[in-house]
This record gives sequence, C-alpha cells and structure tokens, in this order.
Amino acid sequence: MRIGVITYPGTLDDRDAQRAVRLAGGTPVPLWHADDDLKKVDAVVLPGGFSYGDYLRCGAIAAQAPATKEVIRLAEKGLPVLGICNGFQVLVESHLLPGGLIRNEKQHFVCRDQKLRVENVNTAWTNLFEKDEEITIPLKNGEGGYIAHEETLKMLEAENRVVFRYLDVNPNGSMNDIAGLTNERGNVVGLMPHPEHAVEPGFGPDTEVATRSGIDGLKFFQSALKALVNS
Amino acid sequence: MLKKKSEPSGVDTVESAAQDPEKEQPWKELGLKEDEYQSIREILGRRPTSSELAMYSVMWSEHCSYKSSKIYLRQFGEKVTEEMKEHLMVGMGENAGVVDIGEGLAVTFKVESHNHPSYIEPFQGAATGVGGIVRDILSMGARPVAVMDQLRFGAPEKADTARVVHGVVDGISFYGNCLGLPNIGGETVFDAVYQGNPLVNALSIGALKHEDLQLAKASNAGDLVILFGARTGADGIGGVSVLASETFGDEGPTKRPAVQVGDPFAEKVLIECCLELYHSGVVAGIQDLGGAGISCATSELASNGGMGMKIQLKNVLLRDESLTPEEILMSESQERMCAIVPRKHLKGFEKIVNKWEVEYSVLGEVINEDRLYIDWGDEEIVNVPPRTVAHDGPVYNRPVAYPKHQDALNADTSASIKRAENSTELAAQLMQLIASPNHADKSWITSQYDRYVLGNTALAQPDDGGMIRISEDTGLGVALATDANGKYCYLDPYEGARQALAEAYRNVAATGAVPRAVTNCLNFGSPENPEVMWQFKQATAGLADACQELGIPVTGGNVSFYNQTGDTAIYPTPVVGVLGVIDDVARRIPSGWQDDGNNIYLLGTTADELDGSAWAKDLHNHLGGKPPKVDLNKEKQLAELLHGASMQGLVEAAHDVSEGGLGVAILEAALRFNVGARVWLGELMERDGIDVTAALFSESQSRVIVSVGREDDVKFQALCEARGVPVLRIGVTDKENASVEIKDIATLELSEIRMAWSETMPRLFS
Repeated sequence: MRIGVITYPGTLDDRDAQRAVRLAGGTPVPLWHADDDLKKVDAVVLPGGFSYGDYLRCGAIAAQAPATKEVIRLAEKGLPVLGICNGFQVLVESHLLPGGLIRNEKQHFVCRDQKLRVENVNTAWTNLFEKDEEITIPLKNGEGGYIAHEETLKMLEAENRVVFRYLDVNPNGSMNDIAGLTNERGNVVGLMPHPEHAVEPGFGPDTEVATRSGIDGLKFFQSALKALVNS
Repeated sequence: MLKKKSEPSGVDTVESAAQDPEKEQPWKELGLKEDEYQSIREILGRRPTSSELAMYSVMWSEHCSYKSSKIYLRQFGEKVTEEMKEHLMVGMGENAGVVDIGEGLAVTFKVESHNHPSYIEPFQGAATGVGGIVRDILSMGARPVAVMDQLRFGAPEKADTARVVHGVVDGISFYGNCLGLPNIGGETVFDAVYQGNPLVNALSIGALKHEDLQLAKASNAGDLVILFGARTGADGIGGVSVLASETFGDEGPTKRPAVQVGDPFAEKVLIECCLELYHSGVVAGIQDLGGAGISCATSELASNGGMGMKIQLKNVLLRDESLTPEEILMSESQERMCAIVPRKHLKGFEKIVNKWEVEYSVLGEVINEDRLYIDWGDEEIVNVPPRTVAHDGPVYNRPVAYPKHQDALNADTSASIKRAENSTELAAQLMQLIASPNHADKSWITSQYDRYVLGNTALAQPDDGGMIRISEDTGLGVALATDANGKYCYLDPYEGARQALAEAYRNVAATGAVPRAVTNCLNFGSPENPEVMWQFKQATAGLADACQELGIPVTGGNVSFYNQTGDTAIYPTPVVGVLGVIDDVARRIPSGWQDDGNNIYLLGTTADELDGSAWAKDLHNHLGGKPPKVDLNKEKQLAELLHGASMQGLVEAAHDVSEGGLGVAILEAALRFNVGARVWLGELMERDGIDVTAALFSESQSRVIVSVGREDDVKFQALCEARGVPVLRIGVTDKENASVEIKDIATLELSEIRMAWSETMPRLFS
C-alpha cells in the first residue's frame, strides 16, 4: 500500500510521517506541493509544520497548492486523508473539515505528551483502536485552539464526528476539548496532536514502563493500511 | 516614492580616494583605533574608500577578528595530541568544527553568543541567534538536526527580567520550532550579575556523510560568486557597532535597526535548498552571511581559497533600493548564503533554487589574483587584498592584571555561614533550593520548544544531556551537554573553566555516550579591563589544559566580550559544550529512575565544598572562597565506568550531582518519572567524614547517582571496583510510596516537592 506524504515549503514533519508509514508496513511516497500528480497513492498524509511560514493564516496558502486541490478532489471520492497539525489546518482551510484553528489560549507554543480519548473508531485512520481507548501522543502547536459555530459543534457531536478529545488537560483552549475530527464519510481525519511522533520505541512519549517508549501513534497508520486492504 | 540617488557623485571611489588622499574619514565612529586606521592606509598605500573603510571596520571589530582573544585561543590548537586529532575532520577556524563519529558519518556543532542584541530586542535577538548558528552548521554541508540554548538572566523578581525572559524564550520558540529543529536541552540561570547583560548563547548540531563536507573556499578562477536567499535590507547594520555614524550619505533611512530581523520560514526553505544543492554537486564552496554580511563572505571565501574576486555590488538584490554601497556591504540581513558555483553548474544551480523559490543573483567571479575588486556600476569602490580584510586583522596582547578584589574574595569562605541545626531546618533548606529559580522546573520554558520534530530525539531536557540518533539503520547517535558555572569562574577562572568542561563531560557520560569533542562560548566583560583579561587568560588556559587532560579537542566556538553594565563585568562565563558518541541510542540512560526497588548508588566521594555553591548563594546570598576541586582523572574513571555499565545495561538511571548537591540530585531523579525513594546519608557522612549539610549540599565534583536493578548489583559493584570508582549504596527506589524519605531528616511527599518545584517559573513569568 502506498501512502503519499505532501511536502510544502515550510513543512517540517514530512520525513517523520514517511517513517511512520514505513514502520506501519506501508510504502511512503513523497509528494511535492507544486505537483498535482499524486502518483496514484492509496492514501495521503498532510504533515505538520509551518507551510508557507504560516503567513496569512495557518494552512491558508497550502490549501491553494496544486497537490492540495487534487487531494480535495480525491477525498470527495473517498481517498483516505490524514491531516496532522498544520495538515489539520490545511484540511480546515480546504473546507474538507469544518471550523477553524486559532492561537492557543495561553498565547504560547506548547509541546507536551498529550492524553487523548479515541471516540470514533469507524474512520479510515482509527479502525484499529477500541472505542474510548485512551492514548498518549505528542502535541506541539502554537495555533491549535479549535473553534466552530455552536450549530457546527452540535452537528459534529450528534454525528459522532469528534474523533479525538483532549483528556486531563485541554492544552490550547479547544472548544468541547476537540483534538481531532472526521468528515461525514470517515475517510478524512484531522487532528492537532502528532501520531507520527509516537511510532517507534525510544523516540515517543514517556510511559509508565520506560522513557520514550510510547507508540500509540502507530495504529493510525496501520488502520489506514487495514482500511485499504478491506476496501 | 524613493528618491533616486544622484550617481555617480555620491560614491567614494578608489579613484577619488587617490585624488583626495587627506579626506576626513569616520574611522573612530566606526570603532577603529587610530593605529588600526593607519595600518589600513599602509596596506592600501592610500586612504581607504568609504566602502573599504566599512569593510575593514566590521571585519576588524572584536566580534569578527578576535583581536583580543586570538593569542589565547591558539592554545586550543596547540595543546593537543595526535590522539585528540584522531576524530577531528575540521578544526577551529572554519564555520564549525567537524567530528568523525564512525560509519562514514560526521557531526558538526558549535555554540555562539547573541547577548547584546538579545538585551536590546530580546525576541529578534534570540531568534536570529538560532538562525545564525544554524546557518554556520548548514554551511559545513550538514543537515542541522538539533539546537540547544544557554540562557542567563538577571534577578527573577526584577521587572525587566520578565521582559527579557519572555522575549528570548518566544524568539527561540518562534524561530527554532518553525525551522523544524528539536530543542534538546540547555541551561537557564538567574543571577543579578546578568541584569543589564543577559547571556543568550545558541548551539546547533548537524549531521553529514564524510563526502558531503563543504568548505568556505573559492579556489577556482572563473567560478561564479552567487548570493542567494533573502534580499539584502537595512537590518543589522551596526550590529558590530558601526552605524553610530551618519556619515554615509544623507538620503534614505537614517536610523538603521542594529538588531537583525529573522524569518525562519525563509531559513527553512534555504536549508532544504542548500542540502539539495550540495547533493547535486553544483557548489564548490559556500559561506553563510552573518556578522559583517557581504564584507565577510566575499573576503573570507577569497582569502580561504588563496584567490581573489571581482564583484558587481549593483547585482545584490535589495529590499530597500535606497541603500548605499557601504550599507550593502555591512548589512546583516538574515537568511542569506553565498555560493561559489562553477560556470558549467549554473543551470543546475538555477534549477534547484527555482524549485525552492529562492531568489539569487550572480555577484561576480573568482579571479586568480590576490585582490578583491568591488564595483558599483562603472565605478571601482573596493580594491584590497582579501586576506588583509578577512584574516590579517590586528592582534592585541592586552594588559592583564590580577584582580584587586580576588584575594579578599577567596578569603571570604562559606565557613561564616551558620549551618542548619536540626532536620526541620535541613528539610526546609532542601525544599527552598528545589523551588529556587535556578533549580525549579524549567518546563515552562522547554515546553515552548518542539523536542520531537525529526523523530530522532532519544533524550532531551530535563535529562542530563540531549541525545540525537544520527543513523536510523544502526542507532548510532550523539549526546550533547553544555555547562558553565559563572560563580565558580568568578572565584577562580582557571578552576571554573576546568569544572565547566568536567561537568559537561560528566553529563554526556551519564547518558551512556563517550565524550569526543568540545565547543565553547566564552562570555566575558571588557577586554580593555586588565582584570577581565586576567580572567580570560586564566579561563582559556584552564579549559585548554583540561581538554588536553581529558583527551578531547576544542573544535570551534565563539568569544563574546564587553558583557558588562557600566564598569561591572558579568561573572566570567565560559560555556562549554561536550559532544559524545553512542553506538546505539537504545542504550541511553535517562536521569531518573522508574523501576521499584532498585538500589541507588552514589559514585565518587564528597568533601565539605560549599564555597560558591547554590546552598551558599541561593539560600544565604554568599559568594566567596574557593570553588570545588576538579580532578580530571577521576572524571575519566567515572566516564569509563558509566560507559561500561551502559554497554552491559547495568544502570537504569544516572544523574550528575552538581549545583545544589546530592539533595537536589535525588529530588530531581525522583521527579523525572515521579518515582520516590528511601535514602540514608549516615554511611556517606561516616565514610567521607562530613556533616549532614555537606552530605546534602556540597558540590564536590566527579559524582553521579545511579540506580541499579538488584539482579545487577554484584556485577555493578565489581565494575566500580575494577575501575577504581568509589561506590556507596545510599538508598532504594520506591514506587509504592509517592515520597522521598531521607532517613533522620524528613519524608517529603512527591506531590509536595513537585508543586514547589513546578510552580516557581509560572509564578514569576506567567
């Protein structure tokens, strides 16, 4: 299975996302923002970073890139898409997911090992989790406060489209403690925390057992591979 | 609309310099001394043009020329053995030293100061400090893989400290995070001595394959000189104290901001662009533009290659068309690089920079003549031997004087301080220390930095050193730690510098890595003060001697003078960074214990050494006496033991005992993973003949606490004996009771310690 990872100017976690795909058993395919050829990949990851320096609004310029436009077109036909952090911002700016992301409540960039609850396990990127499973993956953002209209929030909750919710600490002031969302179809998922930084023992978050041994992020990528096999 | 400059009359040319030889020139305002100005005239056989004067003045400044420190820095190259050079691929003098780490891989690392700009404009000062050191690393052909920061601020309760802390931390966070470089450690120290002169040092490390090494050299005539990256603007002019003068033309913006402005997005793109340029082999030499901008890049590239250059300054892409040639030569605009490109590779070069949408312009070419010619349109404004600008600046042997206060300072020992009389008082002192700004939890700062990006961080703050995996195939990695204790250096700069090296060395060893190379950032007061010069002389001698004793070479670094407020200099603060190599980062050792029932051992011996300690200064506001003794042979034995133990997987955790003493070290090791301990000090006091205050707070060197699984006990003790390292069991880890029990003194709940430890920084700065 081939999972594409788009690099925009200013993207930072692209090689990390590629590594995560590889560790999950997939084949990572680097994609370039200026190229609308997605090389027939089976799924796409929009990685974290500061695409175009976060100029204008986070993700706003990347949403206009040729590669993103192709992602939007194919996502509407069911292509599994995962947007991480800046990638989530791109998905929101592309209107693949509703709402917006604003500066953290405390005005500072925050990097921490973040506990989440997985509330929707019917998406392409979460099907290997158990409902309400608690996981810990790194979070690192400056503009991760999720906002939406009241009706949108109601709709998201009613349709079970909140995929991840912050536990213990809401690190950025997100409404309803929302950490990540999916679209109606469940093929597009966006979240602020970084699953690709919790895929390899020794380089993830600390756990009760050993330092940096957390690999809860691996299931995101394994889920996508499973969804692709089943589709 | 911008006023069009009236050309050519406004420009001082080589021709007009000859025609008007006695024209008044603002050499003094540009920071040159009269004899320096005279020697420029001698070199040129005429008066310099205003552009030449600008170039010489910035390149001969203390910052660029190391004129006051050069005679001392030579020791780092002289006091070395063949063995020390074994792993050294590039030594001092290049943008950064390069160290072979095996498997065909190398790393380059360096620490630099950005002290003065960070006081004037903390955010941009600190941000561009990160940007500048990262470009140094990049210019060696390496991919930057991590950063660290060594920060020293004034008294935390002073209002201005908050201004500086916020600005500096935000600046580092903004720039480093946006560059995608993990911040893996550093130091944060508060002391009133840094009130008007905070220290903001930035370290970066990069990784490369041996064959990817790039040097800043223009060696082939005909090759093109290309400036690329951000456009050149008016920012940073006077970064080297130059634009005190308004003499350079009356038109255009006059007040140039002396602090540079950073754009990390531009630098991130520049990094990827440069790495692609290197890998495609289109670049023959590269130099980053930092202090002294184009003046530095052109003269150094030419001088390093033993060649000359012909440059058309009008080809420089500008942000501000009103800039004069002198300003263009001196601008310190960020995110710029200068490449030497063979003509046949121009197309290949263009393809790559266009892909990354990086702007570039061809400034000129390399020539086989010992001359740097710079034209402004049709007029020649610079005609100099490049070496005289870049490398043959003045060298001073400044007067040195033993400080008048030194003997009295050393005589005023901590013996005058009354020691705690009971366990309640001792426990209170320990809690006070762990909550004091210098020992409190720094995660309010470090959680603003990304430590995960790139996916190779094996250790980061608050562990003893940062550790980065370099090879994903084998797990080969490097560890880095930096240290400096300004108080010790103030009491004895020779011993203090040795101690800084010893501590960084020990911290690296505590992670399981083998120390291999050294970088330094020497922060001192004014070199024109003979007493400061004495401190500098002593500290550099101490460091060079200690490097030789430990067998690890200095690969590069930076000197920052003039760190003082009025006549009061900062403590001499030689920040020392040690790089270690570990064959597999999976063997790394964290600084705290996690398993239940493991034995806690103290390695090394403890003397009653409280002079200059945190106990004396932070609790009793006393600084005097003599710093703790440094025995580098003991450090070596300790490092070898830790490496052996790590190889056999015997040690679960290792934490250096340094500032704050054993008491603080135990609490920190417990806080790391929130696992308690039961500790007893009686045997230690008896064995080493010390009282309980010394047992808890002495800062004797060459000590580490480790936790060892019971099944490994016998092996571990045997190893200590074989290596000749004194070992004493002082406790056991305790996962059940969430507390640290220090027998006969107190039982401190972890929740209570954590609260005291973690609330200090937010209380002061949130």
